[in-house]
Amino acid sequence: MLTLDGFRIVQGDFTLSADFAVPDGAHVAVIGPSGAGKSTLLAAIAGFIAPASGRILWNGADITGTDPGARPLSIIFQDNNLFPHLTAFQNVALGLKPGLRLSAEETGQAMQALHKTGLSGLEHRKPGALSGGQQSRVALARTLVRHRPLMMLDEPFSALGPGLKAEMLDLVADLATAIGATVLMVTHDPADAVQMAGQTVLVADGIAHPPKDTAALFADPPPSLRAYL
Amino acid sequence: MARRAQPISPWPGTVAAALVLGLTFGTLGAVAWRAEAASRLGPADWAAIRFTVVQATLSAIISVALAVPLARALVRRQFPGRALLVTLLGAPFILPVIVAVLGMLAVFGRGGILSAALGSLGLPPIHIYGLHGVVLAHVFFNLPLATRLLLQGWQAIPAERFRLAASLNFAPADTRRLLEYPMLRSIVPGALLVIFLICTTSFAVALTLGGGPRATTVELAIYQAFRFEFDLSKAALLACVQFAIGGAAALLAFRAAVPDAIGAGLDRHQTFRPGTGRWLRAMDIAVIALAALFLILPLLMILLRGLPGLASLPPQVFVAMGRSLAVALCSAALCLALALPLAILGQQMPRAGGIAEAIGYLAISASPLVVGTGLFILLYPFANPVALALPITALVNAVMALPFALRAIAPALARTESDFGRLASSLALTGRARLRVLILPRLRRSLGFAAGLSSALSMGDLGVIALFADAERGTLPLQIYRLMGSYRMQDAAGASLLLLICALGLFWLFDRGGRMNADA
Repeated sequence: MLTLDGFRIVQGDFTLSADFAVPDGAHVAVIGPSGAGKSTLLAAIAGFIAPASGRILWNGADITGTDPGARPLSIIFQDNNLFPHLTAFQNVALGLKPGLRLSAEETGQAMQALHKTGLSGLEHRKPGALSGGQQSRVALARTLVRHRPLMMLDEPFSALGPGLKAEMLDLVADLATAIGATVLMVTHDPADAVQMAGQTVLVADGIAHPPKDTAALFADPPPSLRAYL
Repeated sequence: MARRAQPISPWPGTVAAALVLGLTFGTLGAVAWRAEAASRLGPADWAAIRFTVVQATLSAIISVALAVPLARALVRRQFPGRALLVTLLGAPFILPVIVAVLGMLAVFGRGGILSAALGSLGLPPIHIYGLHGVVLAHVFFNLPLATRLLLQGWQAIPAERFRLAASLNFAPADTRRLLEYPMLRSIVPGALLVIFLICTTSFAVALTLGGGPRATTVELAIYQAFRFEFDLSKAALLACVQFAIGGAAALLAFRAAVPDAIGAGLDRHQTFRPGTGRWLRAMDIAVIALAALFLILPLLMILLRGLPGLASLPPQVFVAMGRSLAVALCSAALCLALALPLAILGQQMPRAGGIAEAIGYLAISASPLVVGTGLFILLYPFANPVALALPITALVNAVMALPFALRAIAPALARTESDFGRLASSLALTGRARLRVLILPRLRRSLGFAAGLSSALSMGDLGVIALFADAERGTLPLQIYRLMGSYRMQDAAGASLLLLICALGLFWLFDRGGRMNADA
């Protein structure tokens, strides 16, 4: 379980506070107006921004000072999720061993992840030779082999068309359910939150509100959400 | 974040910074310690100081004064070969000084084509040795640099402003006053100082075209005190003077915010070009033609005079070439081994690393002759410095090329970190794995460029080697200098062509190697 305990980020005039827990296996959309701090919240949980006060806990253990790579999570950014000089296979393999010296078993795992994300046969291509959707799939295959209990996505599919985006959201839900991972996904599109059909964290006016059931939240939106919608 | 471990250990960068500090200030310390025992500066030494300042001032002023009309003409005119000419303006940077000097001699020297032309008119030949020879060679090297700096300035003026000026019916004088003078005011001081700095530490030009009591620079005086008078304390005293001159110029230059002239992107032309009158057109064409002639003719003469002699070069020239290639390759490897850790340190720890990077740039004002003198003093009690001539040359050359390597590497590293740093950190890509999987592949282009630059600079260097080497340990530039000294101009021309091919070839190979298969 992810817990933000009295968590507060300060960057110049900007502040964001969060004080809530996300239950294991929940699929949570993070929505709110642009500039509200959705990406900042994810970056802080991932360890790229130090909080001014408060703690991040994972299953009760304090991970506030842990190195980004040692946290129990995978993150997919808006762009630059793949190293352009490495093949699809190598980009996935990085999730198993950063040094890329894989055992036969690990090679098998990476190939299997590529297969599960529908990339069989494309493992030797570099990102430049893959479509946008295929690139997203490589990034997802990597989170699959990393097998971390928390998957965070920061508007990862905003560059894809609506049909492709819906397809990728389904893939995320399937993969996360298969490994029992908790999902935290930033989106600016309320339709994404509705499609995820789980819970929603609303980020507005300097506060990241505790997750609420998405359907209930949208049925009776509070004023700040109504202003955004 | 600040308390968290850095992705890559700061130690290699710290060691590199310490090494560079030791080579610059450490050797200076040795020099100062040795100079204490020396007598005071004599009249000849004061003459050397005066000459150094006068020739550098003249060279800077003339280079920039000529560069203004040339850069303006290049901005205003579009012609076939313009891109090539602008590229060529970058070439003197890696052109071995001795090659250029031989080319200048072939054009402006006693036996050169200009003297021959004057002779056919019944006029006496030109004397190139002395102040005007030194200044001429410096202008040859620095006119292109000044032109590139000014071209950047002109291109930084938005084309819309020129369009606005035209729509308001500005006369050329108004355009100059309102658009061009403000730009020149911001660029010219920095350009003057950089060229002044370069001209105070261009030993090879003074060695080949200067000399005598009236045309000796401080560096040349160090060399003479060292080689001919065996007066180490006098050499040390002069080295302190040289450092003071270079340091003062460098401090001024840093305050004037020196613009960056290395790199591509100068052949972009503006969509709107001011200056359409017939008279302006003729003037621009004349300026460009004269400048092209001035820059290309000496190189052409090296080609013409060197080709016939290439086949009959004495064997020691090829032995010297082998040594030079070895020194150049070692120097390039050393330079990258210093530049990359310094750049990484600068990237990861902005405050402490900034100092480390500044140390790397420090070398721009250091004189190889001062460093060489200091190393001699330090090594003399323990080893025979002459036997170490080649390793010392490689090391000093690497440090001298460091500022340019850093300028190529640091921005590319910053880009890599801003694009992929978070991704790499989230995947726990640290230490050597980060270097191997992320940094080295992403920096291929700039590492190749830096290696090409440093190897070419080292290949053509005639500085510290002249201080140390005996007959058995000369590099190719030193061999050419010796051939010139014994008036074997045919062989010298052939060897110069060989040196030119090696220097440009090394640059091309490394630069090309870095670009090949590089993924965007």
